[in-house]
Order: sequence, then C-alpha cells, then structure tokens
Amino acid sequence: MRIGVPKEIYEGECRVATTPDVVTQLKKLGFDVAVESGAGEKSSYSDDAYREAGCEVIDTAGDLWSKSDIVLKVRAPEGDEAARLRADQTLISFLWPAQNPELLKQLTETGGTVMAMDSVPRISRAQKVDALSSMANIAGYRAVVEAAQHFGRFFTGQITAAGKVPPAKVLVIGAGVAGLAAIGAAKSMGAIVRSFDTRPEVREQVESMDAEFLMLDFEDDEDGAGEGGYAKVMSEAFIKAEMELFAEQARDVDIIITTALIPGKPAPKLITAETARSMKDGSVIVDLAAEQGGNCELTVPGEVAHDSGVTIIGYTDLPSRLAAQSSQLYATNLRHLLTDLTPEKDGNIVVDMEDEVIRGTTVCKDFDTTWPPPAPKLSAAPPKAAPAPAPVAKEKKPKSFVGAAIGMAVAGIALLGLGAVAPASFMAHFTVFVLACFVGYMVIWNVTAALHTPLMSVTNAISSIIVIGALMQISSDNPLTMWIAAVTVGITSINIAGGFAVTRRMLEMFRK
Amino acid sequence: MINAGIVTVSYIIATILFILALGGLSNQETARRGNWYGIIGMAIALIATILGVVTAQYTILLVALLIGGSIGLFAASRVQMTQMPELVAILHSLVGVAAVAVGYVNFMDPTEHLTGVELTIHDIETYLGILIGAVTFSGSVIAFGKLSGRITGNPMILPARHWLNLGLLIGAIWFGREFVMQSAAGTGMEPLIIMTVIALLFGIHMVMAIGGADMPVVVSMLNSYSGWAASATGFMLGNDLLIVTGALVGSSGAILSYIMCRAMNRKFLAVIAGGFGTGGGAAAKGGGEDQGEVIPIDPLETAELLANAKEVMIIPGYGMAVAQAQHTVFEITRTLREKGVNVRFGIHPVAGRMPGHMNVLLAEARVPYDIVYEMDEINEDFPDVDVSVVIGANDIVNPSALTDPDSPIAGMPVLECWKGEVSIVLKRSMATGYAGVQNPLFFLDNTRMLFGDAKATLDEVLKNI
Repeated sequence: MRIGVPKEIYEGECRVATTPDVVTQLKKLGFDVAVESGAGEKSSYSDDAYREAGCEVIDTAGDLWSKSDIVLKVRAPEGDEAARLRADQTLISFLWPAQNPELLKQLTETGGTVMAMDSVPRISRAQKVDALSSMANIAGYRAVVEAAQHFGRFFTGQITAAGKVPPAKVLVIGAGVAGLAAIGAAKSMGAIVRSFDTRPEVREQVESMDAEFLMLDFEDDEDGAGEGGYAKVMSEAFIKAEMELFAEQARDVDIIITTALIPGKPAPKLITAETARSMKDGSVIVDLAAEQGGNCELTVPGEVAHDSGVTIIGYTDLPSRLAAQSSQLYATNLRHLLTDLTPEKDGNIVVDMEDEVIRGTTVCKDFDTTWPPPAPKLSAAPPKAAPAPAPVAKEKKPKSFVGAAIGMAVAGIALLGLGAVAPASFMAHFTVFVLACFVGYMVIWNVTAALHTPLMSVTNAISSIIVIGALMQISSDNPLTMWIAAVTVGITSINIAGGFAVTRRMLEMFRK
Repeated sequence: MINAGIVTVSYIIATILFILALGGLSNQETARRGNWYGIIGMAIALIATILGVVTAQYTILLVALLIGGSIGLFAASRVQMTQMPELVAILHSLVGVAAVAVGYVNFMDPTEHLTGVELTIHDIETYLGILIGAVTFSGSVIAFGKLSGRITGNPMILPARHWLNLGLLIGAIWFGREFVMQSAAGTGMEPLIIMTVIALLFGIHMVMAIGGADMPVVVSMLNSYSGWAASATGFMLGNDLLIVTGALVGSSGAILSYIMCRAMNRKFLAVIAGGFGTGGGAAAKGGGEDQGEVIPIDPLETAELLANAKEVMIIPGYGMAVAQAQHTVFEITRTLREKGVNVRFGIHPVAGRMPGHMNVLLAEARVPYDIVYEMDEINEDFPDVDVSVVIGANDIVNPSALTDPDSPIAGMPVLECWKGEVSIVLKRSMATGYAGVQNPLFFLDNTRMLFGDAKATLDEVLKNI
C-alpha cells in the first residue's frame, strides 16, 4: 500500500506528518511512501532528504491524494481535502470529532476509514501512539520559552555586583503532560514553580519535579480525576475556592501558564479578567487552552494580547513552533499506529475493530460513524506515573495480648516448676544461660545488615568453644574416650581456625 | 598447673571478649578489632583449659589442634566468596559433630556420679545436647550439599511430611523418657543411639524440604542450633563459658532467622515446614497470565543509558553470584563514578543464599561499603533514580508483592525500582523466579530486558561506557 503525506494547508502550520527517518522505518513495514513537494520545508526536512530516504516526491496535492491508499496528516482535513477522501482510502490525522461534528459527518459519507490521533484511548499499551501527549509535552516546553520571550526579566535569581535579582515565580495550572513539561522547563531555567491541579494524585508528580503543589482549602474531598486519566468538571463550590486561590496567587506570581482542559468541553475559565489585571506589570500569562476557548477571559486565540501591562499569549500553534521536533514525534506516533495496523509487516493494513487501541482511534469506517467508542476497560494511570502499587494491607494483626499473657504465664509456671525440683547448681547455670540470651539479643540487634555473613562465621568460630568439653575428656584413662576426644578437638579446631580466618578475610575486604 | 580459680577468671575474660567481638560487628570500622577480641578470647579459654584441666596426652592434643587448625586455615584462605554459604554450612556441621561426640563421651565416662533429680537433669542435658548436635550436623551437611549444588536445590516434598516430622518428634521424646529411666538403672546406651538416628533423619528431612531461596533462613537457623548445642553441652559439663557462648550464638542465629523471615514476610514455621510455592492456585495464575511484551535492550544502549544517567541504583541478586559478575559490576561502578554518576547499591535482606551474602561479594570486588545500602535506607529514593540495574534478581523486585494480595509473595517488602525512570533487568531468559511468580516488572513500559549471561553482557556494557 502507498502512504501519501500532503503538505499541511492550515495557515501557519509548520508540522508534517512524516519525516525522512520515519520513512525508512515505514518502508520496512512494506509501505511505499510519497510526500507532496515542500511538505517538510517548514520543519526543515527538504524534498531531497525525503528522496534519499526512498520516498517519492509528488508535485501536487491532487495527484498525491489520488495515488495514495493511506493519507497521513497533522491537522484535520479542511476545505476540499475532506472531499478528496475515497471509500478505499484511510486517513489518519488529528480530527477533534467532538468539536467538528460536521466534518465527521462529511467524512463518514465518503465511506473512507478515518482514524483520529486525538481519540487514541489512554491505556498504557497505547502510550507509544499517544500523539496528544507528545504534542502536549512540546507545547508545555514552548509555553515557557514564549513566556520568557515576553517576560522582561530573568527566570533565575542572582546576586550580582549591580544588585540582587529575584527569581521569577511561575504558576502552572493543570499538571498534565503539558503542565509537567512546563514545570520542568521553568524549573530548569531557575524559576520558583508552583502548580495546581484538581486531581490530587498528581501531587506526587509535581513534587517529584521539585515544584510546589498548591493545596486547596476545601472541605469535601473532591477528586477531579475523570475517565481515562483526564480531569472532569468540578462542583461549583470547588471552582469558587479554586478561583479564589488563583486570584490570590495572581498578585504574587510573575508568570501563569494554564493548561486546564476537559475532554470534549470548552476550556474552563479559571483566570477572570479581574484576576489577570491584578497581576504585576510585565507579567505574562500563557494560555495553552486557547484553541478550546482559553482558560483566561482575556485570551485572544492565536494572538498575543496586552491588557493593563499584562501580556496574554494565546498561541494555538505551540507544537508547530518547534516543527522539526514535533513532526518527528508525531511521525513516530503514526508509525507505531501503522505497525499495530500491519501485523504481517507486508504493507497491508488491517483495521481490526477488536483491538482496543484501533477501535478507539477509528472514528468512521464503511459509511458508519464509530465515534465515540465504548468506554475503555481500564483507567490509565497518568502518563509517566509508575503503576502506583496500592499497598496490600501490610499491618500484621495486632498480637493478641491474651495470647502473650497466656504464653508468659505458662513459661513462668514451667520455670517455677523447674525451680522447685532442680538443684541449686543447675539453677546457677540456668541464671547464667538466661542472662546470656538477653545479652546476645541486645548485642546482635546492633549488628549492621551488611555484616551478617561475618557475624555468622564469627559466631560459628566461637561456638567451637565446645572444644573445652573435649579438652576435659582428653586426659581420660579410657583409650576410646581419649581418642574420641582427640578427634573432637581436631574437628573443632578446624572450626576455630577456619571461622576466625575467614571472618578476618571478609572484614579486610570491607573498605570505604 | 594453674588452679581452678584462675581458670574460672580466664573463662570470664573469654566471655567478655566474645561479647565484645559480637558487639564490634555493629559497624565496619570496629568489626576487625572485634574479630581480634574473639581470637584472643578463644586463645585464653584454650590455654586456661589446657593448663588447668588437661592432665595428660598433651602430644595428641597438640597434634589434633595443629592438624585441625591447619585444615581450617587452608579452607578459609582458599574459599571463594561466592562459596561462603557452603563453607559456613559445613563449619556448622562440625560443631554438631563435636556436640554429639562430647555428649557420648560424657555419658560413657562420667567424671562425677550423680543420683536422684541431679542425675535426671544431667541426663536430660546430655540427651538434649546430643539431639541438637545431631540435627545440626545432618541438617548442615544437607544444606552444604544444596548450596554447593551437590544436591538439587528444589524442595523435596514427602507425602505427609508434617506427620512424619511430628512422629520423629514424639519418638525423640519417648526415647528420652526411656533413656532417663534406663540411665538411672545404669544402662541407656540403646535409646541414646536410636534417638541420634532419629535426630539425624529429622535434620536431613527438614533441610531437604526447603528450597534454594529459603537458604538464608536455614543457614541462620543452623547457626542458631549450633549455639544451642554448645549451650546444652555446657549445662551437661556444668561449664558457664560454654553456656554463655552457646546462648550468644544461639540468640544471634535466632535473630538472623527472624530478620530473614521478616524480609520475606513469612512465618518462621512456614519456612521450616518447607514446600514454598507449591500450595494454592495463585502461583499458576501469575505465571499463565498474558502480561504483554517485554522491551529488550542491547549492551550498547545500556551503556549509553548508564553514561547519561545522574543517579544509578544497582540491585544485585543471587544471579550475580552465580555469574561471578561482581568484579565487572565494580569496574562499571568505578567508571561511572569517575564520570560523576552517583552509583549506589540497594541490597534486599534475602538477596543471595545467606544473610549479608551480597555485601560480602561486593566487598570482595572492592566496592566501597558506604555506597552499599539496605533496602529500608534507599527504597524511598527510587523516584529520583534515573537507571536501576537489576542483576540476577527476580522476586525481590516484584511489584506484585505489593499490589496482588493473591500472590504467593504478597506483603513481602521489595525494592521498588519501577518508581525510577528506567529499570534494566539482566536475566538469562524469561523463566520465573524461585517463587514461581511471573514478575510484572518485566512488562512495564519503563523496564528494559537485557538477556544473556550477566558477566558476559556486563563486560560488553563496560567496554561501551
């Protein structure tokens, strides 16, 4: 089958759906690959580079669409692109079916198979296909770069001969993939970073990046984790408390980066115009949710707005601003999906609707709309989160006091019984024995775990003190007794010499 | 030559020195001095006894000491550090033999003639000394066989083994009663010999039923027994030095057994009863489940990951000992540390076949002990670790111990390496660990599998760093 990659026609879109590197790997799967001339130009991949990777370069988009079996794109088809899809073709791109019902209807009517990279189910197996995460990661990083561009000061604090420079304070709202990437970038530039998220379980991730997690002073324990690891809409009271927190923080911080998105819903308005205006002059807000309407009331999608000394960046094309990188990651996500689609590696794709990942991604097929898919079986852990093991009830049952008491009583009676009949000489030895057990107990607990092996060999050596018994017997007149005793002395002295020598050898090895 | 008072004082000095020897092991700095205290204590006790108690046969005595001593020194200087568990096991068996021999001789040739209750108590002491000695002996020999690979490490499960053990125990008690009664009448050799045979069989059966990875418990338990045997002999001979030393060793072994059991989250009795991993369907379930795919890695990529990391944690297991890879591990550690990578070692208490086994191996390879940490010390640091390298370990890094209540190893504390950035697992193949449980760690997205012999692959990694 032939894969075609047209040039993106969306205004300002610099990404491309495949790169020369990925072309080489696609060819290994048995595909032929063609790109439209100039498709990779804006992301620094020349036509020649594609040719070198064994890719055909086709001059016009029309030709490319008609000659391809599979079309890979970044942005959702627009204008006449949707009309070009044929029933025998497969289109893979971002689509946002929830926001674009008209487009979905139009595509369904063509009869072609359409897979939406934004609908990949969030299960661990699909992480390699998850283009939203890889784009969000780039957007988060770029958001900090954009903020730095418009922020007239250092991020890091310094003490110079010319005076002290305070570090910038950055508030990141929403600690998903983009938020965490932004935290990482801002932190590595030296800023003080705080973060807020409605899902308390991300606190650990935020703190692991050395940022401060802001807690909401809120009575109910409301958990913002929705289906599939995304956030959900919160209650009114929660939002009110949240807004108060932001209003208070806004007066303190220099930069706010908002990344709050709820799947299939317009972005929540978290920063009111009033809050934004209350920020210090020169402050910057970067609104990563601009495309979905923005988290800030003052955001103008796609533009940089200025209001009362505050810069509000509403770019919707942040990944595209790092086009070479984002093209490479997106192309790799597509390649992983294509690998799953071609189990035989013979260049023929099989859309297996039993496969959870493929099922979730496919939005229309054979004149049927297959979106939204049935709910995923598993709620995915947020990306990068290790499977947090819920500790199995570790606590042992508290030892029954009654049991212990009975045990002690029995032991006490046994000892009293022993004392009643045993001769004094025995009791003297017995006293020594019990005391020695306690001394041993106290001393051994102090032994460091690293020295357990030397401990065993040295105790082994000193337990050969039993040689004293043999020595007491060796002077016997009875030859049998004498010889047995002699052999015992020999055996125990193996133990004495061997035990101490090997302990010494081991201890010599322990060094700093 | 010297009087009884001086002998007693010497014994007290020896006792104190032994306690100091054990106390010295509380850290590496004082441990060497502690060992010398032990040697001096032993020397004082021997000299005092030879001068104060022995009256004849000095030549035979000295020859026996010299022969035994040279064998011991020879063995100690030749043993490989990976063979330490075997050596310790076989040395335990010698203490057992000695206890049996001293007990028999004492019974055949009593130095004092007792009557009544005193005789009964003395007989019980003799009987117990021989019993514990015999169990220690046969158990240690079997443990030695298992550890050195002469006997298969798999648990040998006889049908109705618990009843068999109970039968042997009842037999031992019954013959004990017989022995005490016959001894009062002047005989008693017969039940004593029968009991010895029973005890030997019991020792064999007990250790045979225990699998390879439970060996740390067995070795420390036998350590404990050898102490109790010495203590019982001390009672028999009325010698406080033996009683005290035996009690010290006995409690030391008992504590070690307890620590090992706690590290596996298992009851001591359950370990001793043996047959781990055979009961219940949980183990089969874990193994049969389709866990997904593992992601292999080659030595070149491993070297790259290690060289680019800031925090590296190495988790050695028994596999490292088998492959004799500790020296290569040290070379890698040194190279990485020279590059400014913070390399640390995380040791699980039951890694290896003996308490502290891994520490000794790493020390032999000259790994500085201050970068070798216990599980409890470093388990919280894993989120900051860039690369964890798991060398020949399996169950001690199994996340299902924490997540799956049905797992046979549920509740066992494990090294939580999956919380780090990447874990690299060195393994020969995808076989399950000793517990027969599949390890979900291998299938995690942030785990890479490096297949092959640990030493060969690590040599390859070292070349490429």
